[in-house]
Amino acid sequence: MAVKQLLSGNEAIALAAFDARVAFGAGYPGTPSSEILDEFARLGGKAQWSPNEKTALENAIGGAFGQVRTLATMKHVGLNVAADPLFTIAYSGTPGGLVIISADDPGMASSQNEQDNRRYAAAAGVPMFEPSDSQEAYDFLFKAFELSEKFHQPVLYRLTTRVCHSKSLVARRESPVEVAPAAYTKDVKSNVMIPAYARIAHKNLRKKLADIAALSDSSNEYTKELVKGEELGIITSGISYHHCREAAPEASILKLTLSYPFPAEKLKAFAAKVKRCVVVEEGDPILYEACKAMGLNVEGKAEMYRFGELNVERVRRILANDLTAEPVPAPGKPPQLCVGCPHRKSYEALKALNCIVTGDIGCYTLGVLPPFEAVDTCVCMGASITTGLGLRRALPEAEARRVVSVLGDSTFWHTGINGIVDMVYNKPATGHVVMVLDNSITAMTGLQEHPGTGRKLDHTPAEKRLVIEDTVKAMGVDNVDIIDPLTEQDKLRAVLAERLASNDTTVIIARRPCILGAVKAKSYEETNKAAEK
Amino acid sequence: MSNTINIIVAGLGGQGVLKASDIVAEAVFSAGFDVKKSEVHGMSQRGGSVSSEVRFGDDVASPMIPAGESDFLLVLEDTQIEVNKPKLKAEGTLITLADVDASKLENPKTINIAMLGVLSASLPQIAEEHWINALKKFLPEKHHAVNLTAFALGRSK
Ligand SMILES: Cc1ncc(C[n+]2csc(CCOP(=O)(O)OP(=O)(O)O)c2C)c(N)n1
Ligand code: SF4
Repeated sequence: MAVKQLLSGNEAIALAAFDARVAFGAGYPGTPSSEILDEFARLGGKAQWSPNEKTALENAIGGAFGQVRTLATMKHVGLNVAADPLFTIAYSGTPGGLVIISADDPGMASSQNEQDNRRYAAAAGVPMFEPSDSQEAYDFLFKAFELSEKFHQPVLYRLTTRVCHSKSLVARRESPVEVAPAAYTKDVKSNVMIPAYARIAHKNLRKKLADIAALSDSSNEYTKELVKGEELGIITSGISYHHCREAAPEASILKLTLSYPFPAEKLKAFAAKVKRCVVVEEGDPILYEACKAMGLNVEGKAEMYRFGELNVERVRRILANDLTAEPVPAPGKPPQLCVGCPHRKSYEALKALNCIVTGDIGCYTLGVLPPFEAVDTCVCMGASITTGLGLRRALPEAEARRVVSVLGDSTFWHTGINGIVDMVYNKPATGHVVMVLDNSITAMTGLQEHPGTGRKLDHTPAEKRLVIEDTVKAMGVDNVDIIDPLTEQDKLRAVLAERLASNDTTVIIARRPCILGAVKAKSYEETNKAAEK
Repeated sequence: MSNTINIIVAGLGGQGVLKASDIVAEAVFSAGFDVKKSEVHGMSQRGGSVSSEVRFGDDVASPMIPAGESDFLLVLEDTQIEVNKPKLKAEGTLITLADVDASKLENPKTINIAMLGVLSASLPQIAEEHWINALKKFLPEKHHAVNLTAFALGRSK
């Protein structure tokens, strides 16, 4: 038997991607998905951080057009950014294997919402795998690529925080898979989605999904059944499976490995076999609604269990129909900006000038908490500039002049840059002020590189470093100021006040490295210098 | 599932909670048990509450320890004791900074490892060599000697 290793779900996926001969992986960092590509690169795989999830997925699609296996990784909200290519590539499909990782965050350990991306599988018509532990995270990736190649169909691979970050034992395959070399075959009817071809492709997609559902019904590869008593049966998927087998060791369980499309016949047969059948799923009642639509006699969970993660106690409560209030865990100490974090100084300035701050997502979102309480809005990545523009347009002049959009450097390259285009093209009457809190790293998600750090995902030198000031100047922003928020606090306040009083468009770059990032950057630069010699 | 032993390591971000629980998981893993380890991490910022859970036995199901079912609770920061206590069984073992005689440590930073030594003394099913190998795997070589001494101090308590 193969030697086992103790791996996180993310490490297991990276190892599987390596063993499954994935030609390259592209992604954008986002908890809980970020470690997958880092680990894949460490193992020797080819991986890149793309500026955002849409460009990452499109890179992966392009690679799969070249008939190799590719992987795109992102957190759940990242798939919103990548939804446009997702919906159309579901029609056309790709000749090479394409797996898209969506790492969901039920309970919002570090996210702005707890959207359930199982919805995307049905919405776009893309098959979805849901591993429940590290061994499955490893094994199912092979299945996902095989299914993708068999049907020329992208496959979604849905993880949740607990699957990504929990460690459990993994046995690695002994023999590597064989894959064909990259090649290009012209096939415009499949690959160019003009309406005439897309109408055909949509019909093909529905046919493929029916075939995949039939395959899942007729094989044991895509479901797992635990046969115990007949009193209680549980239908579930993902991590909930393990909570269920602990909470109800006497229950028979049907777990969906492939959670979309639904294996209708298997679900029917299972529900008919047991006296009481309960659907236990984290998040939205998706499986429950599907079972009900098929006319199955199943119970779901009470609405209160839609919120947050499930665990063993909550599954016990669901099975007992317990609707009493749940114990509230003692509040721990919330995260705070590090002592010495450069963002602190920028917020002190914004607060001193009584600005209305349309914020964005990163470590700097913590400026919303005391002692700063300096962030007024935060929607999604890249929204700071554009919501600021809208607010400027809506407010009377005196109020409009207080609006400042604040975003980080990684967020700038992600989708913030689109807001600059909007600002220059549709300048509000009072102009606008954007402050880029440039700490020279993607700090929040664990210190990843981005287009402006000058280093690639594996921290070796990039061909080119993109420069924020050059970019925004070239785009036609009126004033571009570069200020160190730590050593030039007075200047920061003076410039901010002056720009707010003008009708210009301004980008202030508050540049000072993250204190944790600076240590890493120094060691990477030393390694890179040594390698040059 | 029935013989699962549950261990929680808790503290504040930046204190080495995750490294300590990695060492526990590695030690029980190399002793041949099924093991699952779970935590929520990701945000870089230092200072917030962090806890990590390790479960081992013949067949561990959920990676998360149900409230009130932990056999051991190791807390690296006194302010975090109350927050985490509801996770401990009534007859469970609490290990805190007070369980180590810090004045005997060569380097005060090794107190986490000394606390792992205290824990190890209550887990006879994990032979000492597994702990030592795990420590060596997760700590930089130049710090092995000082940490092994700290571990021995806790273990002999
Ligand atoms: C669409 C989307 N992708 C990814 C994330 C995860 N995420 C949150 S903040 C952040 C990056 C923050 O980097 P930066 O803007 O440089 O700010 P810093 O944390 O360094 O202060 C990422 C990747 C997200 N919330 N939304
Ligand atoms: S990790 Fe860096 S950016 Fe984030 S709070 Fe700490 S110093 Fe600030």
